Amino acid sequence: MPEQPQPFDDGRAINHTGAGGGTDLAMDEGETLEKTPGGPKGTGPDKKPRSLWSDAWHDLRRNPIFIISGLIIVFLVIISIWPQLIASGNPLDCDLSKAQEGSQPGHPFGFNGQGCDVYTRTVYGARASLEVGLFATLGVTLLGSVLGGLAGFYGGAWDGFLSRITDVFFAIPVVLGGLVLLSVVSNNSVWPVIGFMVLLGWPQISRIARGSVITAKQNDYVHAARALGASNNRMLLRHIAPNALAPVIVVATIALGTYISLEATLSFLGVGLKPPTVSWGIDISSAAPYVRNAPQMLLWPSGALAITVLAFIMLGDAVRDALDPKLR
Amino acid sequence: MLLEVRDLHVEFHTREGVAKAVNGVDYSVDAGETLAVLGESGSGKSVTAQAVMGILDIPPGKITQGEILFQGQDLLKLSEAERRKIRGAKMAMVFQDALSSLNPVLSVGEQLGEMFRVHQGMSRKDSKAKAVELMDRVRIPAAKERVGQYPHQFSGGMRQRIMIAMALALEPELIIADEPTTALDVTVQAQVMDLLAELQRELNMGLILITHDLGVVADVADKIAVMYAGRIVEQAPVHEIYKAPAHPYTKGLLESIPRLDQKGQELYAIKGLPPNLLNIPPGCAFNPRCPMAQDVCRTDVPPLYDVTDSPVPRASACHFWKECLHG
Amino acid sequence: MAEAILEVRDLHKHYPLTQGILFKKQVGAVKAVDGVDFDLAAGETLGIVGESGCGKSTVAKMLVNLERPTSGTIRYKGEDVTKLSARALKAVRRNIQMVFQDPYTSLNPRMTVGDIIGEPYEIHPEVAPKGDRRRKVQDLLDVVGLNPEYINRYPHQFSGGQRQRIGIARGLALQPEIIVADEPVSALDVSVQAQVVNLLEKLQSEFSLSYVFIAHDLSIVRHISDRVGVMYLGRIVEIGSDAQIYDHPTHPYTQALLSAVPVPDPDARAHRERIILTGDVPSPANVPSGCRFRTRCWKAQERCTLEVPLLAVPAVFRLTDSPAKHDSACHFAEEKQVVPPESGENGGNGGNGETGGNGETSASGETSANGVTGKEANGGEEPKSL
Repeated sequence: MPEQPQPFDDGRAINHTGAGGGTDLAMDEGETLEKTPGGPKGTGPDKKPRSLWSDAWHDLRRNPIFIISGLIIVFLVIISIWPQLIASGNPLDCDLSKAQEGSQPGHPFGFNGQGCDVYTRTVYGARASLEVGLFATLGVTLLGSVLGGLAGFYGGAWDGFLSRITDVFFAIPVVLGGLVLLSVVSNNSVWPVIGFMVLLGWPQISRIARGSVITAKQNDYVHAARALGASNNRMLLRHIAPNALAPVIVVATIALGTYISLEATLSFLGVGLKPPTVSWGIDISSAAPYVRNAPQMLLWPSGALAITVLAFIMLGDAVRDALDPKLR
Repeated sequence: MLLEVRDLHVEFHTREGVAKAVNGVDYSVDAGETLAVLGESGSGKSVTAQAVMGILDIPPGKITQGEILFQGQDLLKLSEAERRKIRGAKMAMVFQDALSSLNPVLSVGEQLGEMFRVHQGMSRKDSKAKAVELMDRVRIPAAKERVGQYPHQFSGGMRQRIMIAMALALEPELIIADEPTTALDVTVQAQVMDLLAELQRELNMGLILITHDLGVVADVADKIAVMYAGRIVEQAPVHEIYKAPAHPYTKGLLESIPRLDQKGQELYAIKGLPPNLLNIPPGCAFNPRCPMAQDVCRTDVPPLYDVTDSPVPRASACHFWKECLHG
Repeated sequence: MAEAILEVRDLHKHYPLTQGILFKKQVGAVKAVDGVDFDLAAGETLGIVGESGCGKSTVAKMLVNLERPTSGTIRYKGEDVTKLSARALKAVRRNIQMVFQDPYTSLNPRMTVGDIIGEPYEIHPEVAPKGDRRRKVQDLLDVVGLNPEYINRYPHQFSGGQRQRIGIARGLALQPEIIVADEPVSALDVSVQAQVVNLLEKLQSEFSLSYVFIAHDLSIVRHISDRVGVMYLGRIVEIGSDAQIYDHPTHPYTQALLSAVPVPDPDARAHRERIILTGDVPSPANVPSGCRFRTRCWKAQERCTLEVPLLAVPAVFRLTDSPAKHDSACHFAEEKQVVPPESGENGGNGGNGETGGNGETSASGETSANGVTGKEANGGEEPKSL
């Protein structure tokens, strides 16, 4: 039996001291439990048991990065649902006579090229960004983890086929693909953009899911379930999926930020969202010619975009720290 | 004395608190002598060795107290650059897992030769010749042909020989072997242990053998230090300890070895679990598991008593060593 | 011997080695298990020993149907389990359960102890009605020496030895007749190993289980086993009662293996004869012709290259009453005592006195060893006289 390298290997073990020996095992255990109830982590029999997920949550709540990014995201979600809470104007209500004007009372961020209020537009722009980010991530995660997970679990020909397909998708340059595919769509909503992102994004998640399913599949507890006669569904849903989920969640959280910035890129290039939809990408794009005269037009939407993307990436980082099995 | 460790204390700062891995260890080894450090995982035997070698991860580890005298010089007072000169040249280490201790992208010849190039400024060609010589010495067949091969092309036993060759390269005065044969099969284990013992005799080196295997210890050690919860609980020459242990923990370990005359009966088992280093029991750390424990054991930490009625020097950290020794 | 409940015949497991990506071509095979036969009697413990890569774990996996054999049969009460339909297999699985080596990977970290031990009942609902399960799980925890209140805890809150007890409880849940234990104590701390071995023995007598106990620790195997099989490179090379194998081995590999085991007795150093084998185990992808041990054997002759030795009682012992009369796959089988009787002060003369003697004599020779007898050790409370 090799020695565990960590000197504090038993740090997580329960510290009651009588596992017992001989025939009176249970008795031993019971007696000592009374003497020393609970271990170093306060895991006494009466306390609530903690799963790895609740341990992760316990860590997250103490992580300032998680708190900051979480607050930003909660704020963003609220204003994207009820933008009128903090912006009384209408983003499409523009007055050409005020075009490119700077900050004024009631209009702290000034006006854009069309004379629309930059503050109102920046607030209303959050909705499109979050919609695209959240739904694209949701779609990518569902599609990718189901396809990748099944490939990892069943292996064989399906796995080989899927791996080649993912290779093909990886070879498509995202921006170029977007220019080509989205330029033929004339639908005026967020859905074509989301669809495009799901189409190009799922292979990334599918690879991660496949890999972590293969790792989880090799664990002895999966073999143990099979030796008990468990069905494939049971093994997949009860044993493999919960243990393979963590890396997928981490990657998906980080990817969310990149989808938001990808939406802005595509909108900037004119193939993403289109007016009258309000989006930071569209505003950044339309601000480009006026950078010198009216820098506020560029500054506010791109600042909002940067903070949003950063918040999601920070969240992803914090989640990874909490779920990373190497630190557990 | 070649190496003397005095009152060494090492702590690890973890999320859950401070783990006291080593709590006052004293041991010494002389040239040509084999000291076996026996203990379970978490006993602090490897951490002590890492502190001696100067390869302890700091942080999270921290040496809070003690001296490590190597040829009379306190290693803990040296600068990192000075220690680096000693490491490899004067003291070397053999690890348990040879595969992860060797660099997979360099041939074994290059890795062996590197020792000579770095420490002695040898040329590439000379160092390669030296590498072949070393491989011969640890009895790797066809050394000349195999010197250019990579670690994965060798079997586990051969890789461990290469590790030994690397440790021996600069003819150090002290070798620390941390579970050198645990990962090997029994028949290969015997080959490697024999080789190590023979080379030690030849070069008159001090050997610290870290292990949990009572059989290996009985085969090669001169004296034994038994560790439990970061302390040495018993220290004695090998024959004495197997004949009459003076600490209940050692006694329990020896008795839990299955013996022929116990066939069909229950094995003797030490009750309970090894202690949690974050929360070592007060008094004697072994007291919750000890069949002889009295009230004093739960309050007073036993010092390492001299076992006075023994013809050879030996020590036991048990308040009742006399009772334990004589029964 | 009592009636065999498990009969293994000519069991093979070959993993194909292929080349090419699109058009796969088989270029060879890793012969992990290459013709294994043995019987397991009801209530008996069969130990299987061997070094890493000898195929012992693959045999274990085939016994519990985690791997399909390439060829050969495994009969459980006369029924070949390798050819069963999925439904019939599920029923058989109830009766053959496994205890795994690594208590850290064999328990699902996302499930509570109660869910882990109760899962067998969810898969086989006919064994225990729903309302009864929680109580059954708590009974099982009690049986393996854990506090029944631990039912809602997660595996990471336990130490290695406790986790192994949980794994054993899961294996017991369906009241199997056979438990295959693959290195069940080798991942545990030395001072905890004896506890788990004792538990396994206690459970065996309590539930009249049969064990296939796979390990590389020869002294533990001897302690727990009624019979022992020695595996080398995918085959059993010698099989017999524990006394036959340990005291009267006739296969050179068994002799080398036994002699190489470090003996926890420094006094044995002087008079121990050790057979140090040269070289390493050949790759199972490239098994030597004839006798597979011949490349490392000091007795090998030309016959060993040409003729595969069969696992049977060697001709020299066939008509004798010698305790060496047991199955051994060697053309030149001869008895050689390699394990010195465990000895204290009087050990010096016991080294080779037993050859040809019977099992009882040799066993009684040990009793004086170190003055530590079984009875005293069992008491545990009182320090013993030395």
